[in-house]
Amino acid sequence: MKNLHETIIERFLLFCSLITIFTTLGIIGVLLFETISFFREVSIVEFLTDTEWTPLFSAKRFGVMPLFAGTFLTTIIALVVAIPLGLTISVYLSEYADKRFRSIVKPVLEVLAAVPTVVYGFFALVYVTPLLQKIIPDLAGFNALSPGIVMGIMILPLISSLSEDALYAVPKVLREGSFALGATKFQTARKVMLPAAFSGISVSIILAISRAIGETMIVAIAAGQQPRLTFNPLVPIETATTYIVQVSQGDVPHDSIEYKTIFSVGITLFVITLILNNISFWLKKRYHQAYR
Amino acid sequence: MKRVFLTILVGASVWACSPKTSENKETTDSTATATVSAENIKVDGSSTVYPITEAVAEDFNVANPNVKVTIGVSGTGGGFKKFIRKEIDIADASRVIKASEDSACTSDSIEYIELPIAYDGLAVVINPQNTWVDYLTVEELKKLWEPAAQGKITHWNQIRASWPKEEIHLFGAGTQSGTFDYFTEAIVGKAKSSRGDYTASEDDNVLVQGISTDKLALGFFGLDYYESNKDKLKLVPIDDKKDENGKGAIAPSVETVKNSTYQPLSRPLFIYVNKKSAERAEIGSFVDFYLSNAEKLVSESGYVPLTPEIYTLVKARYANKTTGSAFLGKHSDVGVKIEEILK
Repeated sequence: MKNLHETIIERFLLFCSLITIFTTLGIIGVLLFETISFFREVSIVEFLTDTEWTPLFSAKRFGVMPLFAGTFLTTIIALVVAIPLGLTISVYLSEYADKRFRSIVKPVLEVLAAVPTVVYGFFALVYVTPLLQKIIPDLAGFNALSPGIVMGIMILPLISSLSEDALYAVPKVLREGSFALGATKFQTARKVMLPAAFSGISVSIILAISRAIGETMIVAIAAGQQPRLTFNPLVPIETATTYIVQVSQGDVPHDSIEYKTIFSVGITLFVITLILNNISFWLKKRYHQAYR
Repeated sequence: MKRVFLTILVGASVWACSPKTSENKETTDSTATATVSAENIKVDGSSTVYPITEAVAEDFNVANPNVKVTIGVSGTGGGFKKFIRKEIDIADASRVIKASEDSACTSDSIEYIELPIAYDGLAVVINPQNTWVDYLTVEELKKLWEPAAQGKITHWNQIRASWPKEEIHLFGAGTQSGTFDYFTEAIVGKAKSSRGDYTASEDDNVLVQGISTDKLALGFFGLDYYESNKDKLKLVPIDDKKDENGKGAIAPSVETVKNSTYQPLSRPLFIYVNKKSAERAEIGSFVDFYLSNAEKLVSESGYVPLTPEIYTLVKARYANKTTGSAFLGKHSDVGVKIEEILK
């Protein structure tokens, strides 16, 4: 009887884990299917090398670069905000802060990750952009800078928290050894702890990049909807994710080439984040073996 | 901006529900044909007129639940084709019937009643901080929006040399909207022919938000949207260089749309009713309902209503079953003064 009970539970658990696998396979299948029919009509060379993206207009151009220029621009701005700030916070929390302070600040920081991204989007649009316009009068209402900064705040806990975990996991002997040699706290953090936790920190940064690239709501609300091949953060742009939102909420007829573009953009995004996640997986594996 | 999110939500839910609604539609269609097909009013035509007819049909259905009104969106030309094939009772039209369509009606012995129901007006707007634009000519707008401008006309001084050498940020209606078709037809000369490198959104709130916060912005959308965001935007008067519609640059307003001096970005909208269909009781009451509630529903749908005097004339025209087109050949749609024509 007990055996049967166990079997049922085991089967159920197996079934649950298979659901996630089949969902993933299903998504990839749909993406691939639609993308293949897209590339029957549009050459992949044009898709990757053309510099204009106007599939919804009569003069159709299918160069995906402007969309990904937008995506990378906002991502880079987010990283410029989040990496220095996140690393500083993680070093402070693991090396300097006392235990009580750490136990308060860390959960509070992680609350940032729980804020719905649509809230961040409004925050960027109605608060950060007007504020920045006081400093930079030429800043357009829709721009890459403001959502980029806000996205940096959003991915901040990802970097600070995971990096802090990595620093915390570095064996104590290394830190104590460094102190024993007469190094200061800062020297220890910079020359011993950070290099030792390097792979863990890289994992956190790569996960943050994936998160920023896939981020939709903030950029859809605050960055604009104009595909533009530029690295000027002050003008309206459109990211790959925003484009998908724009088309799927519009009246574009299904089965049209316009409609299929969202799958081709989607799979490009998917491939990029898949590569990033694999790099982080590989780094993580290395990191786990490092001090054993 | 709340509304942007709302539309996204609504969009998503509509998208999610769409297979279901189309299913519903089919079942109502089949039951309608199975029972009494005479209780079915068929309308097709312009996507611009569609929201008005749709609003009227919705209200009409509350009072007359037995009558099914099906409304298609085949475009004005497509609507007239079906009208001539006697597949529909009423054609929605965003322009006057063409001479060729009129003669096709005559040769198939179709008599129709032509009823203007509203004005459609587009506003070209800029940011209130923009001090240099005093007016734009149709020629300048064409230079700015035609497909050849893509990636080339990117700075204000390329439109008029005296304007600053600063980037121009364009905002406009999305490609699936009637507004887009109308603007491109009126300005560029060919529907759907436009540059592609601008912020194109079906959501007018996005455009208002973009233009109101960007000093270098220029955009266009339905006049009613300007009216409800007056304080955040600045209107650009348009000069069509045709003195017969009023000299010089003219800013759109309910007034200039109604007296047809704001050209070419305003036009009357029509419905054409098959006279034979109009003899059917339910169509008679539908059109009566349409004309009596037009003023309210037209502004709710985002268009400019005709004056009450004109609606009285239109109602009289329908009551007298006056057939044929009064507008055909009168200056095409440009500079049509409805009141004079109907009198």
